[in-house]
Amino acid sequence: MLIDWFTVAAQIVNFLVLVWLLKRFLYAPILKALDAREKRIASELADAAEKQAQALAEREEYKNKIEELERQKAELLRNAAADAAALREKLMMEARSETEALREKHQKQLNDEYRSLTREIARRTQASVFAIAKKALADLAGADLEERITYVFVRRLKEMDARSGFPDRLIVKSAFELQPSLRASIEEAIRKFSGAEIVYEQDSGLFSGIELVAGGQKIAWSMGDYLGMLEQEVSALIRAGSGEEK
Amino acid sequence: MHLSSDDVIIWQHGFFRLNLTILTTWGLMLVMVVTSRLVTRRLSDGMRIPRLQGMLEVIVSTTGKQIEEVGLSHPEKYLGFLGTLFLFVALSNLCEIIPGYEPPTGSLSTTAALAICVFIAVPLFGIMESGLKSYLATYLDPTPLMLPFNIVGELSRTLALAIRLFGNIMSGSMVIAILLTITPFIFPVLMSMLDLLTGLVQAYIFTILATVYIAAATKAREE
Repeated sequence: MLIDWFTVAAQIVNFLVLVWLLKRFLYAPILKALDAREKRIASELADAAEKQAQALAEREEYKNKIEELERQKAELLRNAAADAAALREKLMMEARSETEALREKHQKQLNDEYRSLTREIARRTQASVFAIAKKALADLAGADLEERITYVFVRRLKEMDARSGFPDRLIVKSAFELQPSLRASIEEAIRKFSGAEIVYEQDSGLFSGIELVAGGQKIAWSMGDYLGMLEQEVSALIRAGSGEEK
Repeated sequence: MHLSSDDVIIWQHGFFRLNLTILTTWGLMLVMVVTSRLVTRRLSDGMRIPRLQGMLEVIVSTTGKQIEEVGLSHPEKYLGFLGTLFLFVALSNLCEIIPGYEPPTGSLSTTAALAICVFIAVPLFGIMESGLKSYLATYLDPTPLMLPFNIVGELSRTLALAIRLFGNIMSGSMVIAILLTITPFIFPVLMSMLDLLTGLVQAYIFTILATVYIAAATKAREE
């Protein structure tokens, strides 16, 4: 007999025991481990997908931010350029006006200097000419300058015709104190055409001269006249000189 | 020379007889259970796993996939029974490579026991899945006239299961034993190689047939 029924029964029991043991020690733990791994992989994949989505969203956000920053930068640059242009224009205007003011000031200063220089020249020239003339006249005539002046003045008086219309009071102005002899010669010359009262006054502004003031008329001889002419000539020369410099 | 390892009695006490078939089966069970226990004691569910765990995972998941491909939608319910069937038969056949080893599957008692287990498991799974009434109704398909044929078919396929496995494995062992006496060199090696292949194929066939029978029994509900 090929079949031993005791063995058959024993093998059935053995097999069932083996099924139970393997279920307990093999299939259950292995399936559990597989499930756990699958779950872990699924969760990691989900996590990765979530992270990817998050990363994409963040990328998009940063892209937008960068675009916004670029836009702001361009706007700021534009504004800065406009501000700079405006500031440059303003500074240029200020510089121009400042320059103009400086130039005007300088011009005014130059004019002032010119005027003071002219005055100074006139004053010095006058003094020099006066001194030179005084010295020259003294040297040449051997007489006092005042006498010579009075002499010239008296000669002019004598050249005048007697005429009516002179006031009652004649004023003789001189730059220096007239000596009694000089006053006598002057009075003599005046009496030829007028019998008016003669008043003597001293006026330092006459520049070594004598003048007779009678109402609206004036007879005079003065170094100041010559000096005035000289001053005009010198002024003309200086103006011509500064015109050439410019 | 003996035809079956059942004949080799190791210890006997009255009705109880410890023969080589039972002893070898215990040895195989011990190896399987101890190996499983050693591997599953420290299971890793991380990305890096020990080699043996990987091997067992491949075996378990592939068995599950095969069961699913045959038509059972929840393989984990049948994995314990069908997977153990495959592993036991396969290991029993593959150990033939060990000199002096006599496979338990070469004993008609073992194959009959396995076939009886399938014979009982098929209606059990069928009833568990679709209920007693609808399972019994399958015997009346397509007409009640088919009832005797269905019953005979049920019995004959169980017999066929047992005989097929026994015949293949026993004949393989027998052929090698005979060849060893005639040409002790080369040819037994080639035959052993062929036998290993046959052993694996038989394990696969036995398990797949059991799966198909269970799938047919549980089909009523799924339909």
